[in-house]
Amino acid sequence: MIQEVNPEDLPENQEEEQPAEVLPDDTPIDLEEEFKASNVQEVLDKLDQELIGLAPIKQRIREIAALLLVDRARQQMNLTTETPTLHMCFTGNPGTGKTTVAMRMAEILHRLEYVRQGHLVAVTRDDLVGQYIGHTAPKTKEVLKKAMGGVLFIDEAYYLYRPENERDYGQEAIEILLQVMENNRDDLVVILAGYKEKMDRFFQSNPGMRSRIAHHLDFPDYGENELMEIAKMMMRDLNYEFSPEAEEAFREYIQRRMQMPHFANARSVRNAIDRARLRQANRLFAGDTKNLKKQDLKTIEPEDIRASSVFQEGVPDPDPALSQ
Amino acid sequence: MAMTNPGSRITQGTFSFLHDLTDDEIKAQVEYCLSQGWAVNVEFTDDPHPRNTYWEMWGLPMFDVKDPAAILYEVNECRKAFPHHYIRVTGFDSTRGWETPRLSFIVNRPTEEEPGFRLIRTEDEGRTIRYTIQPYVTEEKPENERYR
Ligand SMILES: Nc1ncnc2c1ncn2[C@@H]1O[C@H](COP(=O)(O)OP(=O)(O)OP(=O)(O)O)[C@@H](O)[C@H]1O
Ligand SMILES: [Mg+2]
Repeated sequence: MIQEVNPEDLPENQEEEQPAEVLPDDTPIDLEEEFKASNVQEVLDKLDQELIGLAPIKQRIREIAALLLVDRARQQMNLTTETPTLHMCFTGNPGTGKTTVAMRMAEILHRLEYVRQGHLVAVTRDDLVGQYIGHTAPKTKEVLKKAMGGVLFIDEAYYLYRPENERDYGQEAIEILLQVMENNRDDLVVILAGYKEKMDRFFQSNPGMRSRIAHHLDFPDYGENELMEIAKMMMRDLNYEFSPEAEEAFREYIQRRMQMPHFANARSVRNAIDRARLRQANRLFAGDTKNLKKQDLKTIEPEDIRASSVFQEGVPDPDPALSQ
Repeated sequence: MAMTNPGSRITQGTFSFLHDLTDDEIKAQVEYCLSQGWAVNVEFTDDPHPRNTYWEMWGLPMFDVKDPAAILYEVNECRKAFPHHYIRVTGFDSTRGWETPRLSFIVNRPTEEEPGFRLIRTEDEGRTIRYTIQPYVTEEKPENERYR
């Protein structure tokens, strides 16, 4: 017996596009409840506590979170079906917190269910662009696949585009990126990062890229007081503390270092602390090693800071790994 | 046979007696593979013989993707490149002791109507008959020219 199978009977052909139900205008919606349910406040609070300063950035992130929440409510009411474009651009000088904030952003997008897994894949040109013909596309796609379900963070994105070399393989990576940013908006969010001027130039030559970016966030440099706050927070996290004189020395260090080349905001602070810890360890070893107390292990003294070449020679400490 | 398997659809791997899986159903299966820590492969062939075990690999096994959308992306790329081939997704378990595919299912068929297999009977010594099958599509046409 041969049984006819009508293609219409097959389940895959039965999910006819249901016309979206039109809900009455007075259908209630509790945004407050939605907000609580998403647990986004937790991430926003953490952002507030763990990051010193950055007021305009925090404000923008709160606005974006509100926008996404309202958008989600609108989807529930069938007022929209489109996934909003969420690709972003973070501009700012080195060490202003772009990578750190991108990680938080991935978490926020995850809690609001705009990305499914919430991980962050951070790459630069070398991870995307190949060395020979036919190498770039698979490389770029590999990275895109890893990032799907999460956030792809492209640091110094403008190096993808090398106008001086018309056969540069970076262009190929850009084209694949553009395609995926458009067609797979449900699957990943791309965040481009870098210095403002270079990024602006990059967008000028790549209008397709600019038009796909919904949010531009510009990270301000930190002031002296903020850098001190950041230093104290980093020290606390590492279970170290400045003696009162050392704190004064460190403030002076920052004042001087800020004027020198290659100043990298919070990263310079972190590196300065790392070097101070190194000098402290050497000092403890050189001294009376038998009669130390716990307090000695915790405390950074002014000489641990003033030994820096910032004070001695008026130039940043030479250290290849920590050159910033 | 005709009732459970209309036409001559090949039935290899899991789910092959069901209707073709939708993309969402494929994603759900891949989600399961990923949750088990299996590496997911996309493979294709135009030789439907059941003993054709090793299909061509589409790219490398995807060891460190986190989301099924990435696999579906490659499935679609493969569909674009090989619309007239069978394509399957395989979940490979690399755990010591398994080291084998744990799940495999078809995600693309070359045509609506699959012509099926010819049964070949060979008379042997005495009155013994030996049986074998031959896919109609492989009888005359070489690889990459079948199902068109
Ligand atoms: N506002 C802040 N409060 C506390 N720590 C901060 C803050 N901003 C940055 N940091 C710390 O400074 C370091 C550098 O920050 P991050 O890597 O995010 O900067 P970046 O802008 O990505 O720099 P680059 O452009 O050089 O990649 C990190 O260790 C981070 O924890
Ligand atoms: Mg960074």
